[in-house]
Amino acid sequence: MNPAFDTQQLARQIRAEALKMVAAAKASHIGGALSMADLLAVLYGDILRVKPEQPDWPERDRFILSKGHSCTGVYATLALRGFFPLAELQTYGHDGSRLMSHISHKVPGVEFSTGSLGHGLPFGCGKALAAKRRKKNWRTFVMLSDGELDEGSNWEAILFAPQHRLDNLVAIVDYNKIQSLGSVKEVLDLHPLAEKFRAFNWAVKEIDGHNHAEISAALKQLPFEAGKPGCLLAHTVKGKGVDFMEGKLQWHYSSPKPDQLQEALRQLEGTP
Amino acid sequence: MRTAFINELIIQARRHPEIFLVVGDLGFSVVEPFAAEFPDRFLNAGVAEQNLTGAAAGLASEGYHVFTYSIANFPTLRCLEQIRNDIAYHRLPVTVVSVGAGFAYGNLGYSHHAVQDLGILRTLPEMTILSPADPGETRESLQWLAQNPRPSYLRLGKAGEPDLHNVRGLTQGPLKIVEGTGDLALVATGSILKEALAAAKILATEGTSVSVFSCPLLQPVPPEFFAPLKKYPRLMALEEHLPAGGLASLLREHLPQPVPSLAVPPKTLGLVGSQEYLRRHAGLDAAGVVATIKALPCRAGNA
Repeated sequence: MNPAFDTQQLARQIRAEALKMVAAAKASHIGGALSMADLLAVLYGDILRVKPEQPDWPERDRFILSKGHSCTGVYATLALRGFFPLAELQTYGHDGSRLMSHISHKVPGVEFSTGSLGHGLPFGCGKALAAKRRKKNWRTFVMLSDGELDEGSNWEAILFAPQHRLDNLVAIVDYNKIQSLGSVKEVLDLHPLAEKFRAFNWAVKEIDGHNHAEISAALKQLPFEAGKPGCLLAHTVKGKGVDFMEGKLQWHYSSPKPDQLQEALRQLEGTP
Repeated sequence: MRTAFINELIIQARRHPEIFLVVGDLGFSVVEPFAAEFPDRFLNAGVAEQNLTGAAAGLASEGYHVFTYSIANFPTLRCLEQIRNDIAYHRLPVTVVSVGAGFAYGNLGYSHHAVQDLGILRTLPEMTILSPADPGETRESLQWLAQNPRPSYLRLGKAGEPDLHNVRGLTQGPLKIVEGTGDLALVATGSILKEALAAAKILATEGTSVSVFSCPLLQPVPPEFFAPLKKYPRLMALEEHLPAGGLASLLREHLPQPVPSLAVPPKTLGLVGSQEYLRRHAGLDAAGVVATIKALPCRAGNA
């Protein structure tokens, strides 16, 4: 692997910036930002064809964050990649800031605003279909949470994409196993999720969503199968990277206190 | 009206390569000519309106002007949040088309009675809302939308409606009289204009002249759109829709004078029958309109 960026460093920076944003704004949803940080680092450091200086470059790959509540991870990634100044991250959650607490299309590099779950994949299907009909080579990536797979609209889209042979579409599931009020298993069990996608005629790859080599290797082999949409089932840990947050339901909503932030940042400094 | 719609859409699609039609597994014997001529710009998304509408937004974000097509409340209420968040908030050029306004599918039951759509969609200020009365107004509405792609809703009747008038230039106003010259203005939206015109005819034989206006545009209302109504001391709104949020509400938001309304009364909700039967039950047929107008208080000083 020879990524254009040091994705390990990028992931560490994404985590640190997301933590700082959430702590400063006393906001929620750090757990799901940390769980997808490695996926974002590999996507934006090694996979996506994007031009930070030209966010609406027509040939860019389209990335859609359907789990819009985890926006801090994407804002941090975009700022770190130069889509907008890093200093703007400090406005996160401020009155009138364009960095609102669910992902906003008013931010350079963001394709689509979400916040209500189950909207990203149908929208991504439309984009992928547009690329097919116009014979364009750009790809569409949609990042989903596991909890949002409770939404029926996602399953409408999961039926739709293989029907129309959208092999230019990749659904990435940040499968951290914890949703808002409990574990996925307790609330609405998705298991066996890979088999569900396969039964709907998706090409599925299951990986460790924190292993950059695995993420990169999977996403460099697109489409997974000609004629089929791809599902990257990324097994992740909610709160990954901060030991007292990992696997804890509490960090879906809680915001780190100043001492917790310092400890979290200290731990990230120490990661290789 | 659906025939006028599809024929005009085909004409517009020849001129506008960005026009794309997505149907929700409905439109048998209507949409086939479009699909045959523009296979690359047609899609049956299946019976899945949330995904259909979200995907339409996705297509629109890549430069298509997408028309979503289904019947009754399916392309509107079933996927209201997709209309609100995906289309309206992002200001994407998607025109939601519903066939079966009001009681057009009266026999099919309450699920198919589209009598809340205008009120609900009018709360989304980004949405342009057009409710034509006949095939001529349908063609004009579509011509305007093709020139002005934007988040929009096109509320159509069903099939076989006659042309009711030849007045053009209604979609951007100002509001125009389609029949009559009286000092009472009867304003209708949608295919129920037919009942307004029939009522005016009955009243004329009895010596009462009524000015009948057709109002196909409900949002946004350009300045002076309702100016022609200001001189009328007596007004009546007629709509195949519940009172909340529809035409009468709109007129009251824009006009100083009282606007009595002929709208679907709650007592008719849930009844099933032909459009004629349900309009009669609701007091919205020509006879009902005549009776209500006769019961209106006379002009001050003329009592």
